[in-house]
Amino acid sequence: MSNVLVFAELRGTEPKKITFEMLSAAKKIAAASGGKVVAAAIGKGLAGLGAKLGPYGAAKVYIADGVEKYNTEGYANILANLIKAEAPGVVLIGATATGKDLAPRVAVKTGGGLASDIIGYRMDGANFVAKRPVFAGKAFVEVSFVAAPAFATVRPNTMPVDEPGAGAAEEAALAADLGAPKAQVVEVIAGKSGKLDLTEADRIVSGGRGMKDRANFKILEDLADVIGATVGASRAAVDAGYADQAQQVGQTGKVVNPTLYVACGISGAIQHLAGMRTSKVIVAINKDPEAPIFQVADYGLVADLFDAVPIFTTEVKKLLAS
Amino acid sequence: MNIVVLCKQVPDTETKIKLLGDSSGIDVEGIKWVLNVYDEFAVEEALKIKEAGKAAKVTVLSIGPKRAEEALRTALAMGADDAIHVEDAGIYGADAFVVAKAMLGALKGLDYGLILCGKQAVDDDMAAAPQMLAEMLGIGQVTVVSKVEIDGTKIRAHRDIEGGAKEVIEGQAPMILTATKGLNEPRYASLPGIMKAKRKPLAKKTLADVGASVADAKTKIGAWTLPPTRQAGKVFKGTADDLAQRVAQVTKLLRDEAKVL
Repeated sequence: MSNVLVFAELRGTEPKKITFEMLSAAKKIAAASGGKVVAAAIGKGLAGLGAKLGPYGAAKVYIADGVEKYNTEGYANILANLIKAEAPGVVLIGATATGKDLAPRVAVKTGGGLASDIIGYRMDGANFVAKRPVFAGKAFVEVSFVAAPAFATVRPNTMPVDEPGAGAAEEAALAADLGAPKAQVVEVIAGKSGKLDLTEADRIVSGGRGMKDRANFKILEDLADVIGATVGASRAAVDAGYADQAQQVGQTGKVVNPTLYVACGISGAIQHLAGMRTSKVIVAINKDPEAPIFQVADYGLVADLFDAVPIFTTEVKKLLAS
Repeated sequence: MNIVVLCKQVPDTETKIKLLGDSSGIDVEGIKWVLNVYDEFAVEEALKIKEAGKAAKVTVLSIGPKRAEEALRTALAMGADDAIHVEDAGIYGADAFVVAKAMLGALKGLDYGLILCGKQAVDDDMAAAPQMLAEMLGIGQVTVVSKVEIDGTKIRAHRDIEGGAKEVIEGQAPMILTATKGLNEPRYASLPGIMKAKRKPLAKKTLADVGASVADAKTKIGAWTLPPTRQAGKVFKGTADDLAQRVAQVTKLLRDEAKVL
């Protein structure tokens, strides 16, 4: 009989999709372990969060209100205090920039074990067993826990969100005690676009060496705008200076798993395939019919991307309008 | 100020992963072992800080089996001053907590103002041991760092967050920073560098020496699996003349068959 704690990640005061994904998983884990789902949130102006999280399964949400910005040590302090008091069996945290930074410290503070970036789980009786990729997804391992609580950071877009039910979660105040952090965020430099990060994106349009120039990414951005995608790139494109490091998909970039991945002018090196092979549907556009990318693509177009991509954009526009 | 760089030896990213017959781990036969690519950025940054006169010494530290010595020699050949190798035949694949605890023990008695390492090792992809170590040491951390500025004991780093945004984080030494791609361009070890590296000090320790044991693990790895092989789908070949038709066909399939549009 142990509860499952979900660290509710927010964008401002709104829960991110990963929060709903984790709550949906937590509900199933709690059902198997005979406990309840509780959530914890840190931020500012969070009154009313219980009504947003309750329909997805949270019975109670602890809110540390009045915290302006992220601080690793401060957040770790607040969460660890709650975990020591609440003693959940499983703690789920998003495998996001925040969660990956935070979770290992909280695990050490509370004596728990950690599995990073999990993409699945199973219940072995009442015990939580996590499944996670290694070698950027070239293999998977199961992780069981010999210490409690079991911490897992959950990769976005890997767990389905259940239909919301009715009812609000009870709200309880959590002391916003940051402790005495040794490091502080002094500035946040905004990214170029307001688009979703690659790791959260449901659709991605990526360009490779075949893009030939940074300016040519414009045609991918046009397509991305039409289908609501984030623009990614292969390592070759990033190393050639055609795209930014933040856009790199692959073993030394980001591992992504969107519903739709459109690879343009990407040959499909093993490191790139590792980073995108879990995409639900892969479309490849490449001149070279022998390119390895065609071995993983659901739909391949052997064509010059500079001819094909603009036509594709127009066709999708037509289709969406019809 | 001295710098310690935490290094891990990992399979080259070109490696095609094969499992052992009983699925208990990977088949290491024929694997080319290299210094973790993100740790190369960390070594390079440490050397740059030293060359700028802001650090006196760069020590590289690795927790690993005997072969991990080669990764340390690579870092020494790049220019690090000395190395510490906590050697254990059964440590590869150990829980992040055990590795962090071993590093904690190995750091005891060392004088350092900055600890650098890669943001993750490209084998287990845990990205956890550095933060765990920071917590054990009670010091500040910045993960996924793409820029470092040192001003005396003041450390300022840019951390890559979502969507190309960055957090600028400040703290006082000692701190742990984990390096990501884009921080710098790691140098290649020169031939004289490789020759010199052979004579640089490399201290050996055991797990027991640093007060750690694989029995301290908080997690246990179970079965390994390979991802399902993706079947190649439909490939549409043709000429420039029928391109529009082929694109229209794919677009329709994306809507009607794949149901993603």
